[in-house]
Amino acid sequence: MVQVMERTRERAGLKQTAAPAVPDVRPLVYDTKLLNLWYGNHHALKNIDLPIRENEVTAIIGPSGCGKSTYIKTLNRMVELVDDVRTSGEILYRSRNIFDRNYPVEELRTRVGMVFQKPNPFPKSIYDNVAYGPRIHGIRNRQILDEIVEKSLRGAAIWDEVKDRLNTNAYSLSGGQQQRICIARALAIEPDVILMDEPTSALDPISTLKVEELVQELREDYSIVIVTHNMQQAARISDRTAFFLSGEVVEFDETDKMFSNPEHKRTEDYISGRFG
Amino acid sequence: MRITEKPPARVLIDREAVAGRMGFRKAVNAAFSVLFLSATLLALLVLGVLFYRIVSQGFGHLSPAFFENFASRMPEKAGVKAALVGSLWLMAVVAPVSLILGIGTAVYLEEYAKKNRLNDFIRMNISNLAGVPSVVFGLLGLTIFVRALALGNSILAAGFTMSLLILPVIIVAAQEAIRSVPRELREASYGMGATKWQTIIRVVLPGAVPGILTGSILALSRAIGETAPLIVIGVPVIIQFLPAGVLDTFTALPMQIYDWAKRPQAAFQEVASAGIIVLLALLLAMNSVAVLIRNKFQKRY
Amino acid sequence: MGNPAAPKRATVRQMIAKSAGNKRKRAAERAVPVVLFLIAAVSVLTTIGIVGTLVAETVTFFTKVPFWSFITGREWLPFSNKDAQFGILPLIIGTLKVTFIAVITAVPIGLSAAIYLSEYASDNTRRIIKPVLEVLAGIPTIVYGFFALTFVTPLLQTVIPGLKIFNALSPGIVVGIMIIPMIASLSEDAMSAVPNPIREGALALGATRFEVAVKVVLPAALSGILASVVLATSRAIGETMIVSLAGGATPAFNLGFTDSIQTMTAYIVQVSTGDAGYGTPIYYSIYAVGFTLFLFTLLMNWIAHRITKRFREAY
Repeated sequence: MVQVMERTRERAGLKQTAAPAVPDVRPLVYDTKLLNLWYGNHHALKNIDLPIRENEVTAIIGPSGCGKSTYIKTLNRMVELVDDVRTSGEILYRSRNIFDRNYPVEELRTRVGMVFQKPNPFPKSIYDNVAYGPRIHGIRNRQILDEIVEKSLRGAAIWDEVKDRLNTNAYSLSGGQQQRICIARALAIEPDVILMDEPTSALDPISTLKVEELVQELREDYSIVIVTHNMQQAARISDRTAFFLSGEVVEFDETDKMFSNPEHKRTEDYISGRFG
Repeated sequence: MRITEKPPARVLIDREAVAGRMGFRKAVNAAFSVLFLSATLLALLVLGVLFYRIVSQGFGHLSPAFFENFASRMPEKAGVKAALVGSLWLMAVVAPVSLILGIGTAVYLEEYAKKNRLNDFIRMNISNLAGVPSVVFGLLGLTIFVRALALGNSILAAGFTMSLLILPVIIVAAQEAIRSVPRELREASYGMGATKWQTIIRVVLPGAVPGILTGSILALSRAIGETAPLIVIGVPVIIQFLPAGVLDTFTALPMQIYDWAKRPQAAFQEVASAGIIVLLALLLAMNSVAVLIRNKFQKRY
Repeated sequence: MGNPAAPKRATVRQMIAKSAGNKRKRAAERAVPVVLFLIAAVSVLTTIGIVGTLVAETVTFFTKVPFWSFITGREWLPFSNKDAQFGILPLIIGTLKVTFIAVITAVPIGLSAAIYLSEYASDNTRRIIKPVLEVLAGIPTIVYGFFALTFVTPLLQTVIPGLKIFNALSPGIVVGIMIIPMIASLSEDAMSAVPNPIREGALALGATRFEVAVKVVLPAALSGILASVVLATSRAIGETMIVSLAGGATPAFNLGFTDSIQTMTAYIVQVSTGDAGYGTPIYYSIYAVGFTLFLFTLLMNWIAHRITKRFREAY
């Protein structure tokens, strides 16, 4: 099993930046404490405890319906767009409880960018897509916007592909390009954390590889939480991995350790493909 | 044990009888398919006859003078000027009022309204309002706008009445258009820290504009052809001047047509037909715009 | 990458942080739902206005004319100076005559068109026929009224010798034509909603298209079809201009279709175009008639609502 993972990693041609030497010294970005969440009567998240650290990629894996998407959407309170959601416990973002009444949710979402399962660019030009965030936050100076757009598109490794057609509709791009536009859009407001909810599930293998490479680069500047149903992907790109099952965190550890030597039987069963 | 007889299933169905009835059944099918088609074509035929009658009767009367003359006792001098201008004035009131009310209500119901009894009541109320006859809206306009608010039989009174009449149509069209904007786009906007109102203004409404426009133009074309509410609120017919503001008295195309159609002289039938051609041309233009918008923006997501 | 951008990064964040405290933005965010709710309340106010207006003026009417003689009277002679009579039955009968003819004209044609469109027509045919039906639905009723008066009535007179220039038949047929698109499109919606596997199941057993349409699709779509007919009936009851132009102004308490009649709507129009003084019984009578009309259409809409709710098929 372990060898399979290693090989996948090599084949993907990714540099092995995930150093097991990363100790628990990096500052905390998020700290989840005893989080519970209900959709109506459905208990979707149960007693979650999970720290997320700066400049790391934290992967969340688990079978569908395990609560991994719900959890990542709780981190920027997007989960509240659904009616009838209740939570208990707390999530500290930079030591501040995001469920605090006085915490404006818009401020949280400005600091925490999100990339979604399906590429969801606006039906606007590439430029307007990337400039959307700065504009809603009051930046109107064209020169500054130009700079932000270029920097974000470069940051999302798509500048060279689109620099000559910034005014064309983002819908004319391929799925993989659209997803990178969405990443650029998230980068434009210079977030602290980027949440990625199965960002490659709708993409072809080549586009997937590009996004994975991009995640590796983004780690230098951002803290990243990525939900994925693809265990190889988690093994390839993440520093730490949390395994969710039926709304609980079964195991959370450094990725290499988790995939080579899982502590729990259920984790082992899942990563070796016995279910899910 | 060996089975010597045929299986019972075969005995129950007499294949020859089935085959024998087949011809009859196919004939019935063919006969009815012709019948259904002819019924459909009949409806289309009526439309053709209607257009043919109107155009053949009224075309001779269409002349530049017809557009420059006011109403007259003499058919050859009767013109559509005051009515056409009046209808345009009416639209100038109805369009903004009904759009603001209609889109505002739709945004409230789709984006803000929580699931509770009050909002359910508002929804039910709108669908009931859609079934109220236009003449009853006329009675409302007469009591509230003409008398209580003392607007008289002005453009404003008629415009408000018509706006309320077409309000349910616009609300429903706008609701559908807003609902067709994918949830993912809203999420993208919220995810960037946009507020609800920013998301509505910058993402939801721009995405819904084609649908809203199409539905609204169709609703406005209904308002431009409505006669009964205008009659009830007392819009006059013989008007020899053009309105200068929204508080002036006016007349409208369907009112003028109604007056001409009622007159016994045969010559006025031609004038009425000419007026109808003008009205239908206006409607055709509006509907073409609606269809163009619909085709241009179809399947955007 | 990353490093050269580092100083810049702080500035964008600062710019964003600066605008976050924008008071106008926050105030707008709080005011908008209130304003939109008030706008949405206009439709409720409209209903209250309609019901309030009708009830208030009708009550005034009943201080001048006894309620009982209004709902049981067989004579409607409001303009008689000496002996004005306000018995609404003739107006109701006039309305029902027109509605009856309209429904028996529109249901067979509308349903046939719906079956044809839903079960027989190819996509291309449908793409042509449906817009044409929409055009039929978009023609102003004043145009239909003119058509009834100047074309359908003379045409019918050549077939039915005793037909008066104003009668119930001609406006009835034309109102029927007007509601065909409504029945056709709503019924077609109901039939198209019947899932294809049900059709395929029947076709695979060797049923003809006609048998599928009549024995499988029609029963499954029955509630939607009934609702469409009831809604179209409601529309026919409230129709005003066609009956005003072609129906006449003679309230009649009989069952004939060839003589001049008057419907409730046509009476309201007649009074509105005349010069009945404000405050006279005639003035208030249009509200009493309007209220009666409103109750009829409300009843129809309620029935349609019940039908769709009660018989909603669970596929």
